[in-house]
Amino acid sequence: MMASAATYTPIATNTIGTSTATVTFSSIPGTYTDLILVTSGTVAGTGENGNSIILNGDTGSNYSVTNLYGVNGSTTGSNRQSSQTFMQIGRTSTSSQSISTVHFMNYSNTTTYKTAIARANDLPYFVMATAGLWRSTSAITSIAISNLNGNFNTGATFTLYGVLAA
Amino acid sequence: MATSTYNLIASQIVGSGGASSITFSSIPQTYTDLLLKMSTADSRSTPSVSDILVNFNGTGVGTNVSANYFYGNGSSVTGTTGTQIAFGDGSQGSIFGNSEVYIANYTSSNYKPYSSDSIAEINSTAGYQLLIAGLWSSTAAITSISLTPYSSPFGQYSTFYLYGIKNS
Repeated sequence: MMASAATYTPIATNTIGTSTATVTFSSIPGTYTDLILVTSGTVAGTGENGNSIILNGDTGSNYSVTNLYGVNGSTTGSNRQSSQTFMQIGRTSTSSQSISTVHFMNYSNTTTYKTAIARANDLPYFVMATAGLWRSTSAITSIAISNLNGNFNTGATFTLYGVLAA
Repeated sequence: MATSTYNLIASQIVGSGGASSITFSSIPQTYTDLLLKMSTADSRSTPSVSDILVNFNGTGVGTNVSANYFYGNGSSVTGTTGTQIAFGDGSQGSIFGNSEVYIANYTSSNYKPYSSDSIAEINSTAGYQLLIAGLWSSTAAITSISLTPYSSPFGQYSTFYLYGIKNS
């Protein structure tokens, strides 16, 4: 019997060897159905720990997100950021190892705007679920990940997977 | 043909006698991340959301585990902390809660963060969605995972699937 085709495939991975402001996945093949970005590690500095994502180098006011969150085991809430110049999605902690997963749906089609859903875990403070939108019909070919707080610390990991529906 | 990098490591299905705990041991160190999918019920006397606690590497139930989580029940949202890895249903086996836990870089020498999403349906009277940001504060690679219900045992037909995901 012929083996089934792999439907969950690593496209690229990056474990950073030095403090880094931006990690970019470029030349993303359009041959998958969805993309999954997994990030883990810590970030320098203090304050806001949101990750920011720019798709295809687009820095226009074309991004929006809606968040549902819990903070430090007490406060909960929901907020929205519209017409942003980046997609604030996922988080990285300054003080402890974090993990975020971001799913981009139907990323290679050229008909619809692109949506993403994410889970962010910025320990010990934030647990968050996010829905994101990029108002572009372009296929996603590059993803640049930064953090609003500062550089990613050495050892932070970034992996982009492709998921094939067939 | 591409090689699959998302593989089932092991699975367990609880039999008629129930199970006081479920253990995945000798976890191979050849993957990057672990993904645990569970469908569980325990023996609570009344239907309710039920904690699932974890013992990594035999170090003790809940030892060095911290969870920051919030949950919604259809009418309100509450944030709190604890030592859970996930939640199931405490419905005497008639309804199962489902959960998915993603553990990043489980072989690294850093502390191990996990992301956990759970749902629990309380037999038409209520439903819960629970999101956890968790951390096991240990530099040891994860070699075993033992899961314990809030009210022992896990009921018959509870299922546990452990997957490995490799980044190359």
